[in-house]
Amino acid sequence: MCGICGCGEGPVHLDEHEHSHEHEHEHDHNHTHSHAAVHSHAPGLSQVRMVQIEQDILAKNNQYAHENRRYFSAHGLLVLNLVSSPGSGKTTLLTETILRLKDEIGIAVIEGDQQTARDAERILSTGVQAIQINTGKGCHLDAHRVGHALEKLQLQDHSVLFIENVGNLVCPSAFDLGEAHKVVVLSVTEGEDKPIKYPDMFHAADLMILNKTDLLPHLDFNVEECIQYAKQVNPRIKILSLSAKTGEGMDNWLAWLKAELQLQLIAYA
Amino acid sequence: MHEMSLCEGILQTLEQQAEVQDYQKVRTVWLEIGALAGVEVEALRFSFDVVMEGSLAEGAKLEIIPLPGQAWCMPCGINVPVEQLYDPCPHCGSHQLQVNGGDQMRIKELEVE
Repeated sequence: MCGICGCGEGPVHLDEHEHSHEHEHEHDHNHTHSHAAVHSHAPGLSQVRMVQIEQDILAKNNQYAHENRRYFSAHGLLVLNLVSSPGSGKTTLLTETILRLKDEIGIAVIEGDQQTARDAERILSTGVQAIQINTGKGCHLDAHRVGHALEKLQLQDHSVLFIENVGNLVCPSAFDLGEAHKVVVLSVTEGEDKPIKYPDMFHAADLMILNKTDLLPHLDFNVEECIQYAKQVNPRIKILSLSAKTGEGMDNWLAWLKAELQLQLIAYA
Repeated sequence: MHEMSLCEGILQTLEQQAEVQDYQKVRTVWLEIGALAGVEVEALRFSFDVVMEGSLAEGAKLEIIPLPGQAWCMPCGINVPVEQLYDPCPHCGSHQLQVNGGDQMRIKELEVE
């Protein structure tokens, strides 16, 4: 079983991706030390010893993420990891984006939710490929599960893959999936101080989309303050304001997407 | 609650290393956890005990080595201490900071038998 996601699918994937990494962390020199202890029969001498590990706790996930990233770059795929709290409008943003771009660009979606295939069904109704990952009790997607999902998608080269992460502003920030960018979606119905309340996520993201701007006249949400908080946590973050529902500001988002895809293609060529 | 996944990752490493380093039981695990790693240490301790149950590290002691957060302040051109990702530079007050320390989470060493 896979220790990262506990999905029980581990061995198949492990065989494919893991062996090249298995040996990096092995240091045989400790054997002599341990045998010395084992073979000493002096009374009271303990076999307890210290072992140096020096390994990142997320090393396993990062290895899978590295494999995914290599695959994405070999096929000129732009992969975006969409993160947000539940209800920020990620799925609506995706369906609206797909409807505007699908005739021009190949698009596929990996949907992550704890339960149900509702989001994948919404994406499928737009006519593009979508696959649902249910994390069960899990609070985030990890690179291993995304790797499995990739096996089931027929991705065409030079296309865009959106990974809609589990609605959660905390845990997905720590898990690299191999994406080019994390894109954090924040809706104006949430507080403008979300970036400093959940700094890890806004720090990890390269782009923040301020969604549902059509509702601004009805709310006390302070856009300037929100942007200031986001920049405070992450001075490099780019920010786009839009309403997926009315279409206001969508052009900027589509232009950003096309520009990023172009960058992938340059890297690919 | 991703601390649970982190502990599962730790257990996997402990099991792999058991073969390589030839040990049967883990008595103590030392982890380096940076202040900016996004890890809640109490949640990690709780998950650790639960995940290690029935494994070669059942009942093992968890020792946390906290590492301070550090960032490069672009206006000042020096490394400065930060406790949170939204902290300003303590010298100039700027937020033009690039985190360069205290965001790691590593298994440092083990006491085994």
